[in-house]
Amino acid sequence: MAVVLVLVLIVVGSVLFHLLSPWWWTPIASNWDYIDNTIIISFWITGIVFAAVVLFMAYCVFRFRHREGNRAVYEPENKRLESWLMIVTAVGVTALLVPGLFVWSRFVTVPSDATEVEVVAQQWQWSFRLPGKDGKLGTSDTRDVTADNPLGVAPKDPNGQDDVLVEAADLHLPIGKPIKVLLRSIDVLHDFYIPEFRAKMDMIPGSVTYFWFTPTRTGTFQVLCAELCGQGHPLMHGVVVVDTEQDYLAWLGQQQTFAQLSAPQQSGSANQPPGKIIASNLGVAANSKLSRSAQ
Amino acid sequence: MVDVTPADAVPPAEVGEVELYHPHSWWTKYVFSQDAKVIAVQYSATATAIGLVALVLSWLMRLQLGFPGTFDFITPEAYYQFITMHGMIMVIYLLTALFLGGFGNYLIPLMVGARDMVFPYVNMLSYWVYLLAVLVLVSSFFAPGGPTGAGWTLYPPQAIMTGTPGGQDWGIILMLSSLILFIIGFTMGGLNYVVTVLQGRTRGMTLMRLPLTVWGIFTATVMALLAFPALFVACVMMLLDRVLGTSFFMPAIVEMGTQLQHNGGSPILFQHLFWFFGHPEVYIVALPAFGIVSDLISTHARKNIFGYRMMVWAIIAIGALSFVVWAHHMYVSGMHPYFGFFFATTTLIIAVPTAIKVYNWVLTLWRGDIHLTIPMLFALAFIVTFVNGGLTGLFLGNVVVDVPLSDTMFVVAHFHMVMGVAPILVIFGAIYHWYPKVTGRMLDETLGKFHFWVTFLGAYLIFFPMHYLGLMGIPRRYAELTDMTIMTESAHHLNSFISIMAFIVGFAQMVFLFNLIWSIRHGREAGGNPWRATTLEWQTPETPPAHGNFGKELPIVYRWAYDYSVPGAKEDFIPQNVPGDFAPSREPA
Repeated sequence: MAVVLVLVLIVVGSVLFHLLSPWWWTPIASNWDYIDNTIIISFWITGIVFAAVVLFMAYCVFRFRHREGNRAVYEPENKRLESWLMIVTAVGVTALLVPGLFVWSRFVTVPSDATEVEVVAQQWQWSFRLPGKDGKLGTSDTRDVTADNPLGVAPKDPNGQDDVLVEAADLHLPIGKPIKVLLRSIDVLHDFYIPEFRAKMDMIPGSVTYFWFTPTRTGTFQVLCAELCGQGHPLMHGVVVVDTEQDYLAWLGQQQTFAQLSAPQQSGSANQPPGKIIASNLGVAANSKLSRSAQ
Repeated sequence: MVDVTPADAVPPAEVGEVELYHPHSWWTKYVFSQDAKVIAVQYSATATAIGLVALVLSWLMRLQLGFPGTFDFITPEAYYQFITMHGMIMVIYLLTALFLGGFGNYLIPLMVGARDMVFPYVNMLSYWVYLLAVLVLVSSFFAPGGPTGAGWTLYPPQAIMTGTPGGQDWGIILMLSSLILFIIGFTMGGLNYVVTVLQGRTRGMTLMRLPLTVWGIFTATVMALLAFPALFVACVMMLLDRVLGTSFFMPAIVEMGTQLQHNGGSPILFQHLFWFFGHPEVYIVALPAFGIVSDLISTHARKNIFGYRMMVWAIIAIGALSFVVWAHHMYVSGMHPYFGFFFATTTLIIAVPTAIKVYNWVLTLWRGDIHLTIPMLFALAFIVTFVNGGLTGLFLGNVVVDVPLSDTMFVVAHFHMVMGVAPILVIFGAIYHWYPKVTGRMLDETLGKFHFWVTFLGAYLIFFPMHYLGLMGIPRRYAELTDMTIMTESAHHLNSFISIMAFIVGFAQMVFLFNLIWSIRHGREAGGNPWRATTLEWQTPETPPAHGNFGKELPIVYRWAYDYSVPGAKEDFIPQNVPGDFAPSREPA
């Protein structure tokens, strides 16, 4: 009997926990409420199935538990029942999949008017690059990364000269405009994740990955790294500020371009690579030369 | 409707008597034994021992998550070593080894009516290579720099770089070497299990009369033989990258301001290889559990498993489909986004055969005669946790829903529920069920009930609320949950609660271990067939079964494994080796 009671309590408790507990998603700040809606559909369908199966089990244990003289019914198969269950399941799965794929097709179709913004990750910090007046980002290559050119922007590419660089500082974005985030890493895998935007994507050294979104409310949002990237991983926070158009332009005006930053007078002030600072805090021997580089 | 099969329809396939290797000394009988039953116990004991290490590691990481900043010795470096070793040990060295090496070795020959595995010597080697793999793994705890902290997925480039614990020390080298050894050892055992099921069955044991336990282990083994090679080559390639400086997985990289000598490699290639192994691996663990739990439910509900043929085909369908879903682990990996359409579709299709299995388990309970024995309790708990974990899989498999949830605590909760808690509950149920056959004595029931309730309810309370932390956006693999704007005070409290539950559940396992050891001498005498079960392992002349399993004559099989409560029969079970037509045998043809 305890078993029946516990099984019922698990269903009731799980549903109540879902409805009443304070732990729920953060208020959304992007256009991806489609994703939230798909999650709601998933909760409904799976919740009903979970409750149905466990309650049916509880009923079976209650009704058919062993008592003196009981005997089970011999019934190897029931084709009709099995077919029906298969059909119902297929319908349920389709009801999950169709809206899911519909939203996915939106997610992977970047609007043509989206502004490109590049995010560059390295152990363990975020930097950003915005296209300059020409609206184009210059090419880049990990092999071009030096102390003076930490993002590896191709020095000869004319498109890159007016790119705005935001090194290890906050990124600002204007509200209401679609943004295509180009994602790049110069060392290991990272993942650009802002819980309020719902979207995330890995960054892979040697490739450029992307996703898009439209910020829908102003505010300051924390960037988290969502792909294990070594021991500084949990400290790899960043900040994205969503501004009104006016505030955004004001901020943009204060930023420096690639050409300005790589001008001769700037080169002396090149900082130590940021990873080393965190690394030394963490007690990593960041200077230990890699055996491979000696070969 | 099902066809009527005459009870004397014994297929003509004549199985020749096998010349067994007979042990001559204590060493060859108990240590370098070629008896599958001894090898099974060796596998199980080793897997349990290393599993205890992984349990302690999980406590250490829960200390850090539940009470951040309280324990100075848990540095980020140590934390990542704990999670990595915990994950790898639990998935490979405990679950895979215990289900296939442990249960496979013990049950396959007995259940199919064979005297032993077909290649006993190779079977023995399989265990010793496995033991060597475990020792190499353990040695990394004592190596300079400690074990690897790359996460159990070992994603390059970070797995072999300085910023990851063990990346430029011995940790990753020992990890990869140990995996390579494990796969070699497993292949020796795996070939044995497959050939024994195909060639070693006794007379009358057709494939469609096999107990579902054998079907589950057999299919899982075939899958493992196909999937492990992908991991094998990935390990070899990463080892070459790390030791010889090749660039299979290593593109041009600037590490801490230094240009590395690698160029042109593909980190994502590793992920494809890893998950081509890694996703079937989930079912390599799940299918034996599916099979075993079917037999537990049928035996303890005194009722034939509902829809046996459908159950067999569902096992095979899941096994086959699980090879075309691997990239659902990589929706946000940066692979081509159009892959998402394909892999989301295949992944959700797999839910159909899986759901059929669940329906058939609960329909076996329907109109049964349910004995609430401890194996049955564990089987019921398995269904609850498996359904829960399976349904959250529909969230993560549905590509766009995975985008916000991927790499969060939701994933951690999901896979622990579905491939941690659920299969381990089956393992417990199976141990309570077969322990009397292995030792001749029953496990203590009071201790067993205590173990069951604490483990089941505790595990549910750990992992059910954890989903909601992931829904909030709390990432997994964070050694510190400080300075995060989304992490509310109450979420920290929830983490503390989860940690306390983890300790309680962990300690309940000590009670179980005590029961295992205590009952060897003090348990109630079991007799040959305490559960009044039909399958061949319960029909051996001796308990525990002697070397050669079945005495002078191998049993002849006359019926399927599920003749429980046959109308007209005197008892509520008819063993597979009992001839005669008690009633229209309605076994599926």
